[in-house]
Amino acid sequence: MKGVRLVSGSPTYPAAGRESDPQRPGQLDGATMRHISMDDDEYPIVRALSSEGELDPSLDPGLSLEEVVHLYRHLVLTRTLDQRLVLLQRQGRIGFHVGSLGEEAAIIGSTYAVRETDWIFPCYREFGSALLRGLSLQKFMDNMFGNANDTVKGRQMPDHYTCREKCWGSISSPVGTQITQAVGFAWGAKIDGADTATLVYFGDGATSTPDFHSGMNLAAVFKVPTLFFCRNNGWAISVPAEKQTASRTFAEKARAYGMPGVRVDGNDLFAVIAVTRRARERAARGEGPTLIEALTYRMGGHSTSDDPDRYREHAELTPWAQQDPLQRVRNYLEKRGAWRASDEAAWVAEIEAQFKRAVATSESTPPPDLGSMFDDVYATLPWHLLEQRVQLFEGPRAPKLH
Amino acid sequence: MAQMNMVQAINDALRVAMKRDRRVVLLGEDVGKVGGVFRVTAGLADEFGCERVIDTPLTENGIVGAAIGMALYGLVPVPEIQFADFFWPAYEQVVNELSKYRYRSGGEYTAGMVIRTPVGGGIRGGHYHSQHPETQFVCLPGLKVVCPASAYDAKGLLLSALEDPDPVIFFEPKRIYRAARGEVPEGDYKVPIGSAQVIRPGRDVTILVYGAMVYEALDAAAKAHRQGVECEIIDLRTIWPVDIETITESVKKTGRVVVVHEAPRTLGFGAELITLLTERAFYYLQAPPVRVTGFDTPFPYTLEAEYMPLSHRILPAVLDVAKAS
Repeated sequence: MKGVRLVSGSPTYPAAGRESDPQRPGQLDGATMRHISMDDDEYPIVRALSSEGELDPSLDPGLSLEEVVHLYRHLVLTRTLDQRLVLLQRQGRIGFHVGSLGEEAAIIGSTYAVRETDWIFPCYREFGSALLRGLSLQKFMDNMFGNANDTVKGRQMPDHYTCREKCWGSISSPVGTQITQAVGFAWGAKIDGADTATLVYFGDGATSTPDFHSGMNLAAVFKVPTLFFCRNNGWAISVPAEKQTASRTFAEKARAYGMPGVRVDGNDLFAVIAVTRRARERAARGEGPTLIEALTYRMGGHSTSDDPDRYREHAELTPWAQQDPLQRVRNYLEKRGAWRASDEAAWVAEIEAQFKRAVATSESTPPPDLGSMFDDVYATLPWHLLEQRVQLFEGPRAPKLH
Repeated sequence: MAQMNMVQAINDALRVAMKRDRRVVLLGEDVGKVGGVFRVTAGLADEFGCERVIDTPLTENGIVGAAIGMALYGLVPVPEIQFADFFWPAYEQVVNELSKYRYRSGGEYTAGMVIRTPVGGGIRGGHYHSQHPETQFVCLPGLKVVCPASAYDAKGLLLSALEDPDPVIFFEPKRIYRAARGEVPEGDYKVPIGSAQVIRPGRDVTILVYGAMVYEALDAAAKAHRQGVECEIIDLRTIWPVDIETITESVKKTGRVVVVHEAPRTLGFGAELITLLTERAFYYLQAPPVRVTGFDTPFPYTLEAEYMPLSHRILPAVLDVAKAS
């Protein structure tokens, strides 16, 4: 491996164990521009964690220290894997990765806040959510390699796994299409009399799609228990949030649909959990959906195929690196004597060892069977696919493309 | 057995399914209180409640997207697209989501549903209430596409579609909604998906047709008979996957084939049918296959009768094919 470089434009985070940043965690003042407005009287940014690592009692989700450690370990897991997967792609061993660098707290916090029987409708940037729910690292890696053990049988790009047994949905690449489906799922549950909600993830870019409009409208009209979770990470590939909408906030779009909208500091694990839980309680009371706009920042490129240096100044990342969602939880734990640099180093080493083992297993697992190309198109093979399957088997094998 | 038209037969199929299975829900624009603009769902909201017969906002992509979510939950949604001409906002959900759901999730998720929609011309509907867009659905792996021509088949096919594990696009030929009358059994019965029917046996020319044009083909065949040409008419009933055995067998027997459909000719379903038959029965063919179809223009309003492949255009095509050698 030579010349391996992290995604260009990736941030320099404070190393584990360093002093907390003097710029007061919990404040987003230094971060500007890409989020339309950082300060709106009607839609204030909900923050729970103060600069001193104290929690606002009105927003304290009441997590035990063990829970916080558990969640922090998942934040570390998510970030470590993100960084490792980028390297793996740069080495040419996987084709692609779409990551969540900088957005870990928004993802882990929201998934943790709902019930395990609530269904997650992912975008494609939430592998941390799937792992938190219980997707095994091995299964995740099998998807990254598209091998025979891949949950989606090697049929989709990396990061397009599924995990039905953990109430975790199916990923597709088109932006926004999962939104109406999440509404339909929760609506179905409501018709069925079940207290099941859906949590649907999407980015700021998706708010411009027809499915955002249709899904928000249907959910509000029929009081469907769907939590619309917008990760406003400032960017839709190269298009900044201020070119995505002329609204001052994304949260205020909720008002036009007749549902509450709330802006939360997406780098504040505790605030994310608190507002998501409130939205879930509202859904349980039969009051319907909520739009949550989590302000965060996409610290990496859109994906490994993207070069963000072409459209944004690297300096723009600095204030966000100072609001690092991991660092802020670390501060909280450290203050309570529940974090030590040596612990974290051990966790990371453990993650990296697990990752290495999983990659080795995935890499040595054969590709899916040739005939599996025709399975699952229909429940049973119709005549034309039977015919084409025979043609494939009797024909010549393809040359290696990659 | 009761006499019913196609509207009543479809309504009856939905009632049978909803009575038997509480998972069946209908959703669409105007399907509830008014019973649909063609009254296909009349009375169902009263009988089953507005939670299961849902009047939605005007949102085709929302209707189909939400229906996918309902299907993932475990319901059997029956979304209605008010006219097939208005399908397109939902097309992304059909192309990238519905048709691929089982495949892309490695078989973990399925989204079985029946999307009902009226199709076809001859009702003075102009561009936007007349189109017959089966081509845009047949080309999507994962879908089944059905288009009945009789009240009996409409009910039987719909009851099959509602139990089918795959998503089914159910095209209802609106020109014959009320004209297609016949005996329809009470309760449950099935017409299998994927099975065509020889509705008029004949030795000289095979006519492949579906939907409202079946009656035009029957009329042309009766006139051809008076000129000594015997047509074998096959009502496909299921457009895709087409009943390849029945149509191949017939063409091997007659050696001559005319395909009729309302949709524009270029890349229409006729192109696929003739290719399939040429691949399988080339050496049995005694004349070049012929397509009688809509023209490659938008569907015209005032001149719709000239545009459509009615009996007056089918008859000369049949006679030409019968003579050719």
